[in-house]
Amino acid sequence: MVVYALFGVLALVALAPVAIALNASARATALVYSASLMITLIVGTAALLALTGYDGAGSAVTLPLGLPWLGAHFRIDALSAFFLAVINLGGAAASLFALGYGRHEEFPGRVLPFYPVYLGAMNLVLLADDAFSFLVSWEFMSLSSWALVIAHHRVRENLRAGYVYLLMAGFGTLALLLAFGLLAGAQGNYAFDAIRAAHPSTGLAALVLILVLIGAGSKAGLVPLHAWLPLAHPAAPSHISALMSGVMTKVAVYAFVRITFDLLGPPDWWWSLVVLAVGGISAVMGVLYALMQRDVKRVLAYSTIENIGIIFAALGLALAFKAYAMHFAAALALTAALLHVFNHALFKNLLFCGAGAVLSATGERDLEKLGGLIHRMPQTAFVFLIGCTAISALPPLNGFVSEWLIFQAILLSPQLPSWGLKLMVPAVGALLALSAALAGACFVRAFGIGFLGRPRSDEARGAQETDTHSLAAMYALAALCLIAGILPGLFIDTLAPVAQMLTQGRMPVQTGVEWLSIVPIAESRSSYNGLLVFVFMTASGMIAAFAIHRLASDRIRRSIAWGCGYPDPGPLTQYTADSLAQPIRRVFGTLVFSAHESGEMPPPGSTAPARLTVKMRDPVWDTLYAPVADFITYASERLNVLQFLTIRRYLTLVFMALVLLLLVLAIWP
Amino acid sequence: MALIHDLAFQGAQMLLVLLLSPLLTGFVRKVKARLLRRQGPPLLQPYRDLIRLMRKDVVLADNASWLFRVIPYLVFAATWVAASLVPTFRSGLLFSWTADLIAIIALIGSARFFLALAGIDAGTSFGGIGTSREVMIASLAEPAMLMIVFTLALIAGSTQLSTMAAFMNSPEVGLRVSLGLALIALIIVAIAENARVPVDNPATHLELTMVHEAMVLEYSGRHLALIELSVMLKLLLYMSLIACLFAPWGIAAATATPAFVAVGVGAYAAKLAAGGFLLAVFETSIAKMRVFRVPEFLGAALMLALLATLLRFVSGSF
Repeated sequence: MVVYALFGVLALVALAPVAIALNASARATALVYSASLMITLIVGTAALLALTGYDGAGSAVTLPLGLPWLGAHFRIDALSAFFLAVINLGGAAASLFALGYGRHEEFPGRVLPFYPVYLGAMNLVLLADDAFSFLVSWEFMSLSSWALVIAHHRVRENLRAGYVYLLMAGFGTLALLLAFGLLAGAQGNYAFDAIRAAHPSTGLAALVLILVLIGAGSKAGLVPLHAWLPLAHPAAPSHISALMSGVMTKVAVYAFVRITFDLLGPPDWWWSLVVLAVGGISAVMGVLYALMQRDVKRVLAYSTIENIGIIFAALGLALAFKAYAMHFAAALALTAALLHVFNHALFKNLLFCGAGAVLSATGERDLEKLGGLIHRMPQTAFVFLIGCTAISALPPLNGFVSEWLIFQAILLSPQLPSWGLKLMVPAVGALLALSAALAGACFVRAFGIGFLGRPRSDEARGAQETDTHSLAAMYALAALCLIAGILPGLFIDTLAPVAQMLTQGRMPVQTGVEWLSIVPIAESRSSYNGLLVFVFMTASGMIAAFAIHRLASDRIRRSIAWGCGYPDPGPLTQYTADSLAQPIRRVFGTLVFSAHESGEMPPPGSTAPARLTVKMRDPVWDTLYAPVADFITYASERLNVLQFLTIRRYLTLVFMALVLLLLVLAIWP
Repeated sequence: MALIHDLAFQGAQMLLVLLLSPLLTGFVRKVKARLLRRQGPPLLQPYRDLIRLMRKDVVLADNASWLFRVIPYLVFAATWVAASLVPTFRSGLLFSWTADLIAIIALIGSARFFLALAGIDAGTSFGGIGTSREVMIASLAEPAMLMIVFTLALIAGSTQLSTMAAFMNSPEVGLRVSLGLALIALIIVAIAENARVPVDNPATHLELTMVHEAMVLEYSGRHLALIELSVMLKLLLYMSLIACLFAPWGIAAATATPAFVAVGVGAYAAKLAAGGFLLAVFETSIAKMRVFRVPEFLGAALMLALLATLLRFVSGSF
C-alpha cells in the first residue's frame, strides 16, 4: 500500500516539470488538474480501503534516500491512512474545482508547477516514518504553498502575506526540528519506531509538547500563532486557499496527534490543560475575528482558526482522558476531534470554492460590494448555503455531529480527578458553546450579505453562474456534508481503528444500532439520529407546504418592500456586513479588540453626512508580534555597524570567536 | 402492537403540540389583557388569525428569492420536530432517541439561522436591523442554554429528555444549588428566545424597537402564518421543557395505564396554564429593555449557568 502511495506522490511531483514543459498553455491547465484529480482520488480511495480493512500493522517501506545511516522510512498506519483519505479527498475536490476555476487564472505558469508538488508534499508528510523525511516533506509543503501564496505577486498585500508566511513557517519548522532533536535523544534515532520505544523523561516530554504546540500549532493557526494564516490563505488562488485552509491545517493537526499521542509516550495530565486552553481561546478568538472581517476569504480563513481551536480542544480532552487511563472517553473525544477534522475539510473546501466562484464571477471579495447573488448564481448560492449551515453546526448536517460528540465527551469529564481540569473543562465547554453560537452569526452574515438582499455594486449586478466543473466539485462536497450529517455512524466506525491505536479504547459499533442512530455511550444517556431528523424535517415541511397550497392558498403577488411609505431607498440603505456585526462588536469587541466607536454629527441644518469611525486593535498583533518586530528592527540597526568594518577588524572578530569556542570546548565537561 | 401503540402516542404528541400552541398564546394574550383591565381578544383568536392568514395571498417583496419562500417551511419544520420531541404528558416517546436535548436546542438554532437569513433577503434596512439584533441575542442565549443543558445533564447523567424527566421525578434529585441557578438561567434564556418582554416586545408596532418582528416584516399570508405558528410552537416548547425538567410531576411513564395518561394530560394542561399565567404577569409588570441592556441580562444567564456547571464539576453534591 505504502509503495502505491509513494508512486502517487512521485506522479504528482512529476507533473511539475510537465507543467513547465507545456509552458502554461490551456492544455497544461486541463492536464495538471485532471491528473491531480485522478491521482488524489486513487490514493484517497486506497487510503480509505486501508483504513476500513486495517489489521493493526499497516505497511512500511524503507528507501535508500536521505540520511545514509537512516534511510527514508515510510509507513501507513490507521492514523496516516485516515489523514491521507481526508487530504486526498480535499485535493480531489480542489482539483475538480480548478478544472473550471483555473481557466480564469491570469498567470497559470505561476500556479501549475507548484500545485501538484504541494499536493505531493502533503501526502509525503503523512507517509513519513522518520523525523528526517518528515521534516523535509514538511518544508517542501511549506515552500510550495508559499510559492502559491505569492502567485499573484504584483499585489502588494500578497507579498506581505508571503513574507509573514515564510517567517512563520520557518519558525514553526524550527520548533518541530528542535522537538524531533529532543525526541531522538543523544544517539540520534530519528526513525519513529525508535522514538516510540524510547520514553523521554517528564521534563523533556514537556519541552517537546510545547515545541510541537508551537511548530504544528503555527501551521494549524492556533491563537496566538495564527497571524500569518488570515493573510496567506486568502492571498492564494481560491482552490489553493481551499487546500491551505481545509487540508494543510489538517496536516498540522496530524503532526500534533502523531507526536503527542503516538511518539511521546503516556501523557501527563497538565498537557491537556495547555491544549484545552489554547483550543478554547482559538475557537472564540477565531470566530470573533471572522465576524469583524469584510473580505469573504478572510472570514473563511479566520473561521478555520475557530475550527482548529475546536479540534484542539477535543484533542486536549482526549489527552486528559488518556492521562487518567479512561480509554473509552479518550476514544470518544479523539473520534470527535477526527470527525471534526474530516467535516471541516469538507465544508471549508466547499466554502472556499464558493468564494472562488464569486470572485471569478464578480472580481470582488469584499462583502460590502456583493449582495443579491442568489438571483444570479442560484446554484452557487445553494451549495454555499449548505456549507454555511454545516459549519454553523446546525442539524441535520455534519458540523453538528462532531460538535455534539465533543459535548458528549465534555459531559464525561467530571470523572477526571484533577482539580485543574475540573475547572478548565467547563470553561472550555462554555467557550466552545460561545464559538458555536458566534459561528452561526458569522455565517448568517457571510451568506446574508454576500448572497441575499440587493446587489451593492455593478459587478455583483452583472454576475454570471459559475462553470460546471466548479459546480460539480461544490455539489460533491455539499452532498458529502449531508451524508456525513445523516449517516455519521458509518464515519465513526471507520475511525475506530485510529482511536484503538492511539487510545487503546474504542466507541461502541454504530452501524448496528437500530434506525442508524449514533449512540456514543448508552441509549439511555444520549443518542442522535441525523437521518430521522432530516426525514422528519423534510416530511413535515413538505406536508405543511402541500396542505397549505392545497387547502388554503397558493397565490403570490410581487410588490415593493416595506419602507415606511418612503420611495424606494436604493440598495445602499441595506444593512452592511459591518452594521450587521455592530451589536456583536459592541458586546464582545469592546473587550477583545478595544473597539471604540465615535460618531460625528454635522451641525443642525447642514446637509453634510454624519460619520461613524470605528477603531479596533488586534490584541495579538499588538502585544506579541509588534514588540518582537520592533526589537528585531532595533537590534539589526544596532548591529548594522558590523557590515562596515575593516578587514583587520573582521579577522580579529573571527579569531576571537575561535578562541571563545575553544574555551567553551575546554570548559565543557 | 407495542410499536403501533408508541407510534400513536408519538403522533398524538405531534398533533397536540401543533394544536395546543395557538391556544397557549391566546391564553397569555388574554391574561395580559385582563391584567391591563382590557377585555382582550377571545381565546381562540390565534386560530382564526392563522386560518385567515393562510387563505390570503402572499405578497412578496420584489427582491425576495426562492430561499425567502422556502424558509417559513424550514423554520416550521425544525420547530415542530423539536417541539414533538419534548415530553409533554407522557415520557418514553417513540422517537425520543432521535434527538437529545442538545440536538433539540440545535434544531431551534437552525430555525433561527434561517429566519435571520430571511431578514436580510428582501434587501431593506428593517430586516437587517432585526437580523443583526437577533444574532447578537442568540450569540449569548445559545451558549447560556448549552451550559444549562450541561448542568442538567450532569445532574441527571444523560442528555436524553425522557431519562432526564424520569430522573427529575425521582427522589434522588433533592434541592440543589445548581438546579436553582439553572432554573433562573433557563427562564431568562426562554424569555429571550421567545422574544418576550423585556428582551423584545411581540406586540410592538414601531419598526425600530422590533427584533423578531423586524426580521419577519416582509412576510405575509401563508408564510407569515407558518412563522407565527412556529413562534407559538416555540413558546409551547420552552414551557414544556421547563415543565418536564423542573416540574415533572404527573408525566405518565411509557408503561402507564390510560388513567395515568389522563392524569398526565391534566397535569400538563395545568402546568401550561400556570406557566402562561406567570409569563403574562411577568410581562405586564416589567418594561422592555433598551437593546444594549439585553447583553447584560443574557450575560447574567450565561454566568449563572456557567457557575452551575462549575459547581457540578467541582462536586457532585451541589
